Amino acid sequence: MSSVVQLEEIHKIYDSGEVPVHAVRGVTLTIGAGEFVAVMGASGSGKSTMMNLLGCLDRPTKGRYLLGGTDVSALNRNALADLRNQKLGFVFQGFNLLSRTTARENVELPMLYGRRHFSSKEVHERAMHSLDIVGLSNRADHFPSQLSGGQQQRVAIARALINEPQILLADEPTGNLDSKTSIEIMGVFQKLNEQGITIVMVTHELDIAHYCKRNLIMRDGRLVSDVQVQNRLVATTEMKRILDAEAAAKLTA
Amino acid sequence: MRFANIIKVALRALRRSAMRSILTALGIIIGVAAVIAMVSIGNGAKSQVEASIASLGQNIISVFPGSMTSGGMRGGWGSASTLTVEDALAIQREVAGVANLSPEMRDRSQVLANGLNWNTSVLGEDISYLDIRLWSLADGEMFTEADVRSGTKVCVIGKTVATQLFPDSDPIGQNIRVRNIPFKIVGVLTPKGFNYFGSDQDDVMIIPYTSFLKRLARRPNLNSILVQASSPDIMARVQQDITDLLQQRRNGREPDFTVRNQQELAEAATATTKTMTVLLGAIAGVSLIVGGIGIMNIMLVSVTERTREIGIRLAVGAHGRDVLTQFLVEAIILSVMGGALGVLLGVGASQLVSKLNGWPVLVSTTAIFGAVAFSAAIGVFFGFYPARKAAQLDPIEALRYE
Repeated sequence: MSSVVQLEEIHKIYDSGEVPVHAVRGVTLTIGAGEFVAVMGASGSGKSTMMNLLGCLDRPTKGRYLLGGTDVSALNRNALADLRNQKLGFVFQGFNLLSRTTARENVELPMLYGRRHFSSKEVHERAMHSLDIVGLSNRADHFPSQLSGGQQQRVAIARALINEPQILLADEPTGNLDSKTSIEIMGVFQKLNEQGITIVMVTHELDIAHYCKRNLIMRDGRLVSDVQVQNRLVATTEMKRILDAEAAAKLTA
Repeated sequence: MRFANIIKVALRALRRSAMRSILTALGIIIGVAAVIAMVSIGNGAKSQVEASIASLGQNIISVFPGSMTSGGMRGGWGSASTLTVEDALAIQREVAGVANLSPEMRDRSQVLANGLNWNTSVLGEDISYLDIRLWSLADGEMFTEADVRSGTKVCVIGKTVATQLFPDSDPIGQNIRVRNIPFKIVGVLTPKGFNYFGSDQDDVMIIPYTSFLKRLARRPNLNSILVQASSPDIMARVQQDITDLLQQRRNGREPDFTVRNQQELAEAATATTKTMTVLLGAIAGVSLIVGGIGIMNIMLVSVTERTREIGIRLAVGAHGRDVLTQFLVEAIILSVMGGALGVLLGVGASQLVSKLNGWPVLVSTTAIFGAVAFSAAIGVFFGFYPARKAAQLDPIEALRYE
């Protein structure tokens, strides 16, 4: 299995406040292609910082970060922007869609900032393909406010997929969603992972982490646990169970 | 990002807060309109002054007698009264490039005719005077060269004199008396109106200068010599030649004359209105700058409001330059649209002023292009700081911004 992410003794120290904050203290980690990793930990454990580092939104203070074999720890602002554009896809807790633009235009956004120029027809087609993957091509012309939370998150996933990234990074993707919608989103992730996309997500919900293949736990900026998931949950089965339970509840009521 | 996309995003952002965009652009609209209206009015005034100067005649050089000192008291220009008809004839004879020349004598005098009296300027002139002053006759004809040669008692009168002395009869052929000497009216001049200095050019009675010398003058001296050069290019040379000739005729005595060029007068007069135009334009320009500050203010607010959007764009791979361009284009669109509307308003306002006040208004294309270019420059200048602020945001901070 080739490694997509390779972290070597990564440290991150925030110097902006009165006291320097040592958020990540020497993390060494390898994530292979096709993995589905959940990073867990209490707030302040450094998992968000880890996510920012993995997502090339921030640079490590110390250590080496190899993304797809190339060292990205010392790249400048614009080079990092190009990396985010080409190799990474982001999904956020708060969806972070542009509110006055349609679902399709939101999905197109990363393509507009690519260093390669596509014809508007090509951009359009790829956006529709991306929306198709998350099952929302029929909502392409809706504005985010006309979509449910789950649908909005699926638009965000489509946006993350449009440039065919090496990794999909998700920061608490189910944090703003109810449990049923959460399972729906995890189902989308599982399907993508089956197609070979590497996914790294941050969550603090243990049951959500059980949909992943590998669980990491962080505490005080260090990795304290790294286990393969036993008894992995399958979203389609769980969804069926919930629907059955609902139907049963309706019958008894 | 493609330019078409940048424009699209910018227009959408401006439309999202349409009211705010309009109010912001209003600063520029008013500024540009003010600049254009002020400059148009100023230019109108300038052209009016120029026309009024031109009505005095083209390429005119005037020779005045110098000052005279008597008993330690120095008189002003003209007090010496030492210009003679011989001087005038010498200029006519010896200076090349003189198209027309008229020796001038003048006096204010009480004149009587038709049982009425009136105080007017009596001028002694040669027949070329009307050509020099671009003046024509409304009625009758000019006195002739023979009249000048023999000093006949004939005259032509201005419109004002005609209406004052002959309110309801034809003045042609009638006599008008100056100091009890009757002059026969042979012509009435076309009205010329008030000149730049505010005096009535039609309040005049013109007789041959020879008649003036012979019958009215107390001393045999000219008040001035009016010379018209044949082209504007040789004005300076003709002026110098006249000076040299008269100096030569005075055999090395102190110069007792002065030679003036009408262009100097025209330049002085237009300089005043030019200063006024620049001043008005500058005051209006200040309002443009105030409008620019308004744009800067709103763009700063907009950057703060849209911090999250900027964060999203940066996170998906926008370079700082992309964000900078986006906000800069927004500011430029605001200011250029304001500029365009300002041009319309400014031109409209100038037309209205000219209709209501009857002032001449000259809308200058230079002012229009200048104002639009300046407003675009204001967009760039005042949009740059907010745009740079947006471009330098940290994506993590921006995404976290509530």
